[in-house]
Amino acid sequence: MMPVQVKLPTLLRSHAGGQARIEGEGSTLRELLADLEARHPGLTRNFLSAEGELHRFVNIYVNDEDVRYLGALETEIRTGDIVSILPAVAGG
Amino acid sequence: MTERQFTEDEVLRYARHIILPNIGGEGQRKLVGSRVLVIGAGGLGSPAAMYLAAAGVGTLGILDFDRVDVTNLQRQLLHDTADVGRPKVESAKERINELNPNVEVIAHDVALTSENAFEILEGYEVIVDGTDNFPVRYLVNDATQMLGKPLVYGSIYQFEGQATVFLPGRNVPCYRCLFPEPPPPGTVPSCAEGGVFGVLPGIVGSIQAVEAIKLIVGVGEPLVGRLLLFDSLAMEFRTVKLKWDPDCPVCGEHPTVTELIDYEQFCGLAPGQAPPEAERAALAHE
Repeated sequence: MMPVQVKLPTLLRSHAGGQARIEGEGSTLRELLADLEARHPGLTRNFLSAEGELHRFVNIYVNDEDVRYLGALETEIRTGDIVSILPAVAGG
Repeated sequence: MTERQFTEDEVLRYARHIILPNIGGEGQRKLVGSRVLVIGAGGLGSPAAMYLAAAGVGTLGILDFDRVDVTNLQRQLLHDTADVGRPKVESAKERINELNPNVEVIAHDVALTSENAFEILEGYEVIVDGTDNFPVRYLVNDATQMLGKPLVYGSIYQFEGQATVFLPGRNVPCYRCLFPEPPPPGTVPSCAEGGVFGVLPGIVGSIQAVEAIKLIVGVGEPLVGRLLLFDSLAMEFRTVKLKWDPDCPVCGEHPTVTELIDYEQFCGLAPGQAPPEAERAALAHE
């Protein structure tokens, strides 16, 4: 399985050694996030609830599509996809 | 209705717009007759208000309850060193009128609440959101949706920014289609806690001015249904799709939010407490 690129927002980079882009593997988003958590412990609890569901103030995009309109955490991930995690920010 | 004639000063001042295809005399007349409210005279509100004023927006409302702090000067170009301690709307009004005395600036030296939001927003045709906190962002979104007004959204954190335009009605997304609920207290740091790259709001606020002008003039493709993401460190702009959510609590098929909500308590701020103090308190508790 080819690794998938995951873009992290500034807010989450400290959980991944300061990296803006990390890699992970999985055929669904849920698998990918589990793999990311294994590689970067503590990362996913910033946007997943204790029940493992996506918080409503964080969106995940596969390429330019919001996964809430695809298959949510069951969204299939393919080689070459770019996954982006986008938390709500309010600064002005 | 007879068309308003430009004064001699206006013809010269706006000459580069008037000769521009897609704006022209007709577009400039729309700008001169327009009424725009900029919420927040800070990092985003500064460039947005200054470009809108320079462009000749006839009536420019500036809403901010805060006073100029020396830490604002690194990015909030509406205010000068000598303005520290003054109400932001006061120094904003002065700066805007130095830039363009033809603009009528209406200073709203208040905090936006569920009590005054409709009354204030009603007087404007386009609303620009340059506020710095979630409670007001949700309030502004809900109020513009309920009033049927376009909202030009921008938001920043550290080195990254987001911008989009929310229009009222079904089949077009609003802020709650993007993020249905504000994050719980303490989960997302503020600029005061996380810092902000000073030039960043200059870019994002300028994009908000572009979108407001496009809406007024009726030119181009508005940034609707697309969320623009800007990463200043990577120097990368991209857009992701933003869709109308039929389950949206405000603009969905069965709205559950039908009146304005003051989210202060939900977001961990005591009612009536000014966000900067709350931010400092949050910082002290870290």
